[in-house]
Amino acid sequence: MSTPLLSARDVNVRFGITRPGDMPWTKPRRLHAVNGVSFDIMPGQTLGVVGESGCGKSTLARALIRTVPATGQVIWEGREDLLALSPRKMLAYRSDIQMIFQDPLASLNPRMTLGQIISEPLRTHRPDLSRDEVRTRVARIMDRVGLLPQMINRYPHEFSGGQCQRIGIARALAVEPKLLICDEPVSALDVSIQAQVVELLQELQRDLNLAILFIAHDLSVVKHISDEVMVLYLGRVMEAAPKERLYTDPQHPYTQALMSAVPVPDPKIERTKTIIPLSGDLPSPMSPPSGCVFRTRCPRAQADCAETVPAPGTDVHRCACLHPGPLSAEEVA
Amino acid sequence: MSLLEIDTLDVTFDSADGAVHAVNGLSLSLDKGETLGVVGESGSGKSQTAFAILGLLARNGRASGSIRFDGKEILNAPPKVLNRLRADRIAMIFQDPMTSLNPYMRISDQMAEVLMLHKGMSKRAALAKSVEMLDAVRIPGAKDRIRLYPHEFSGGMRQRVMIAMSLLCQPDLLIADEPTTALDVTVQAQIMSLLRELQTEFGMATMLITHDLGVVAGFCERVTVMYGGRVMERAPTDPLFDKPTHPYTRGLLHAVPRVDQGQDRMEAIPGNPPNMARPPQGCPFRPRCAHAGEDCSVMPPLAPAGDGRARACHRPVEEVAA
Repeated sequence: MSTPLLSARDVNVRFGITRPGDMPWTKPRRLHAVNGVSFDIMPGQTLGVVGESGCGKSTLARALIRTVPATGQVIWEGREDLLALSPRKMLAYRSDIQMIFQDPLASLNPRMTLGQIISEPLRTHRPDLSRDEVRTRVARIMDRVGLLPQMINRYPHEFSGGQCQRIGIARALAVEPKLLICDEPVSALDVSIQAQVVELLQELQRDLNLAILFIAHDLSVVKHISDEVMVLYLGRVMEAAPKERLYTDPQHPYTQALMSAVPVPDPKIERTKTIIPLSGDLPSPMSPPSGCVFRTRCPRAQADCAETVPAPGTDVHRCACLHPGPLSAEEVA
Repeated sequence: MSLLEIDTLDVTFDSADGAVHAVNGLSLSLDKGETLGVVGESGSGKSQTAFAILGLLARNGRASGSIRFDGKEILNAPPKVLNRLRADRIAMIFQDPMTSLNPYMRISDQMAEVLMLHKGMSKRAALAKSVEMLDAVRIPGAKDRIRLYPHEFSGGMRQRVMIAMSLLCQPDLLIADEPTTALDVTVQAQIMSLLRELQTEFGMATMLITHDLGVVAGFCERVTVMYGGRVMERAPTDPLFDKPTHPYTRGLLHAVPRVDQGQDRMEAIPGNPPNMARPPQGCPFRPRCAHAGEDCSVMPPLAPAGDGRARACHRPVEEVAA
């Protein structure tokens, strides 16, 4: 088997939370945002990360590029642990991992022109390039993502959401990264525009052999774009498997509940299907339940779920559950 | 007689770019107890239609045409008339429950206020009724939690409070403007099944405004698809999803991948939504439509097309395919 482009092992992110009114010597409370997450991304493949708000999916992405402090290992191309590098050494890898964000307009500097925005990463990471070389590269990448050459001197506010996302993609790809992290790249866009952006990402992936970490809460879009999918809940991996396996044969009760809740644009199915109910609200991440974090809302929870933290294992189809398997009709009702 | 009848509604906003035509000649009707889905992308005019019904347009907005509620004209009616209808007979649920609840008031005060104002109840009776309603939307421990402030609830719970509040006076018409867009899927599923139950129980007519065709499929009897401030197609739910005939409806259905099928199509609609300050001549969808031709530069009328369906298109999908 070939070496993974990036392989994360036991990544943890903890935040210290101080509340207003706390004394300077009060010990900050621990929030364990990402808890022991491991995964591999192969070159040219897409890993989808799904989960509800607060499950740690964005924090995980930020941990990989070290914008939040994390522990564990993030091995790049089987050689270097990115989390152990000094900031100066990390700089060499920053052009290999680029990111696009959810809010396309907010992630572009409103006072820079499109040309300046797209060329900035080149000027930072490739100071050896001449002005002309930068200009040709910017023109090439603009053409690649479907932006017209005459747009180069315009400002972000003159563009629609979909076009702004194209600008974000162009900026990320200018330095020819090997891994593109997409944090909810289409959830702020209209339905008809979402498909355009996803199509563009897939095309670029094919042409540039780009690996993609695709973070989204929309299971149907993730299904469309991913090779492998990982489900997070309260900072932990619940289930991870190749796309077909996960969507046709989900083992973890949470994955099953999540999938049953996605509305399907077909009235006959939508009126008759059973939605697996999750009781109550998401527990506070400050004081997660003991044992399996999902047990407080799980239709199948049993006494041992409170004691043992289930391990996801190391199979192709990983499932962190003591009692995995499809939920029966009685459990669902 | 329909409960709500909108006839050739126009909503225009004055802006620095000139007049923005948010809604153009919209007509629709809603019977007692009926559920109607209004589907469209941002800028299609679906929310502005709702705001026009309730007289909530922004100050630079003007509405013309006619909106009759229970036989009476209410478009541009004075606040005195509207205040008697709003919350009492026509209630609305907004997208973001955090910004539509008053953060400085306890839930108890916000809810009791509605009943004291519209039904002349005493504070005590109003509170009792409010607790009852919070129970109905399944907020556990409603009796104690009614004393809390909005920020002390989670997003899903806040939306439940909004729903409870909107149903206090047993309105004849409920307008839900993207009620679940800000919520997670599992919470969305809870809220939609709750709305469905309450709709059957109280029998109010419901207008569900959304961009999500999946949500519409499970909730509505009829669907109206809007684009560029106009109705593109309207039909009973089943035929619309079975056989969309307007190119835009078809495009929308094919643009969303499905979790339940092996083949997952995700076909993009090329181009961008129209700039409503400079709308294209004729059919607003023309610049993005694969079937568009010369004749589309004249806006097609919304004409009946069998199965209780009506659509505004010169070149509907079936005819082009034939």
